Amino acid sequence: MRGALAAAALLGALTLTGALASADEDAIRLRDGNARDLTAARCAICHSVDYIQGNAPVLDRAGWQKEIQKMRDRFGAPITDEEARQILDYLAGSYAGKP
Amino acid sequence: MPSRRDLLLATAGGVLLGGPARRLLAANAGSDADELGTLPGKKPLIRHSWRPPNYETPLADLVPAFTPNDAFFVRYHLSVIPQIDVDTWRLKVGGSGAKNPLVLTLRDLKHDFKRVTLAAVNQCSGNRRGLFAPRVPGVQWGNGAMGNAEWSGVRLRDVLGRAGVAASAVEVVFNGADVPVLPATPDFLKSIPVERALDENTLIAFEMNGHPLPHWNGAPARLVVPGWTGTYWVKHLTEIRLDTAPFDGFWVKGAYRIPTGAFPGVRFKTQETPETTPITEILVNSLITSHVSGAQVKHGAKAELAGKAWDGGSGIAAVEISTDGRQSWQAAQLGRDLGRFAWREFRYRLDTSKPGALVVAVRARSRDGATQPEKLTVNPGGYHDNIVQTVTLGVV
Repeated sequence: MRGALAAAALLGALTLTGALASADEDAIRLRDGNARDLTAARCAICHSVDYIQGNAPVLDRAGWQKEIQKMRDRFGAPITDEEARQILDYLAGSYAGKP
Repeated sequence: MPSRRDLLLATAGGVLLGGPARRLLAANAGSDADELGTLPGKKPLIRHSWRPPNYETPLADLVPAFTPNDAFFVRYHLSVIPQIDVDTWRLKVGGSGAKNPLVLTLRDLKHDFKRVTLAAVNQCSGNRRGLFAPRVPGVQWGNGAMGNAEWSGVRLRDVLGRAGVAASAVEVVFNGADVPVLPATPDFLKSIPVERALDENTLIAFEMNGHPLPHWNGAPARLVVPGWTGTYWVKHLTEIRLDTAPFDGFWVKGAYRIPTGAFPGVRFKTQETPETTPITEILVNSLITSHVSGAQVKHGAKAELAGKAWDGGSGIAAVEISTDGRQSWQAAQLGRDLGRFAWREFRYRLDTSKPGALVVAVRARSRDGATQPEKLTVNPGGYHDNIVQTVTLGVV
């Protein structure tokens, strides 16, 4: 999967800091959609993307917006405004449940 | 659309139940996307996330009096978790409130201080978050972000005593070896009030159930704060700091907080605001481990309900069972007292004389008089779900 590859490439660069993705987490398949690869790449810098699947039943669009904001503001996720918009559209489109 | 848990419920029990099936089944299944996964040195556990690793103990492994090390739940916030070489590991003890800062090896810890062993429940603050209605974000834990173990180590107060506690010390701050991927992400540090740090039951533990701590549970040494939720039980300890001002870190100031005044439990006053306050003590609670909703029991045959009850350290006074819609309650038989911070086993002979649905409710009462509430106090973090548990069995 391209998303996983992109995330793996990014993580490859980050292994210098000691971060290591589990090879097995590459088995996680995110649903198709615009910005899927971007979403996977940005989120997987710090955590496996099963966090997305796990929270899908809980978050609607507003909830995802808060989560993305939290990741940027509190956890320092390197996501631009434009990327945040694309990621929100993807998550709200493919992973929004009813809270 | 039925959730995975609803479907599991229907197939597992052969009986499709109405009502809040998600809550009912969560005893043996986690959030919707979960499956079993195996970390090195662990048996298959309910995986909530690969990285950082978050794994929940299945119900079957909550049956023994002490939760096996290889089944004990795993909870991390940060993804970089080094394997620690015990020979080069050092524990720094210092801070502005320490008169004689020191550095200890594992050998120092084991040989220079009195060894203490106690049994205590370690329960994640977010245990049962996945059962919340309305649901809240975060790791969607079922009932298994907890376990009971015998912890061996040394008293934190003995170590702090050697470092010399200044009268001006207000909090003790703990750091572990796990670090974030990005420098911008707050490192996981926690603080506790100096009084709690000096409590005789607060330990620096290096053994769990008679064996060295498993890597995923904090090797080579972790903090044990009996009665307080797991967030304070910092793993892979590297530094302990006596601070003369309230700690200003994200994981105390910005996370693991509950609405001020909404719950019972000791107050962490130096970190309290009019709006929110840190979660502290575990609330009185219970869990049925013998049956899940949908299970069938044989008409007229012997059937025993069993489970665990625990609280934040006063101990369990009674566990009561209702099988008539909570109109009347009968005392369950309590098992051996393993200590006031441990859970207490309970047993109750079920009446299987009438075929049909058997709705069983369980509530525990602690020695300080607290009982489990009927209604959930909704809070943004999804903490402190200790409401009365109900299972619906089929007598057939």
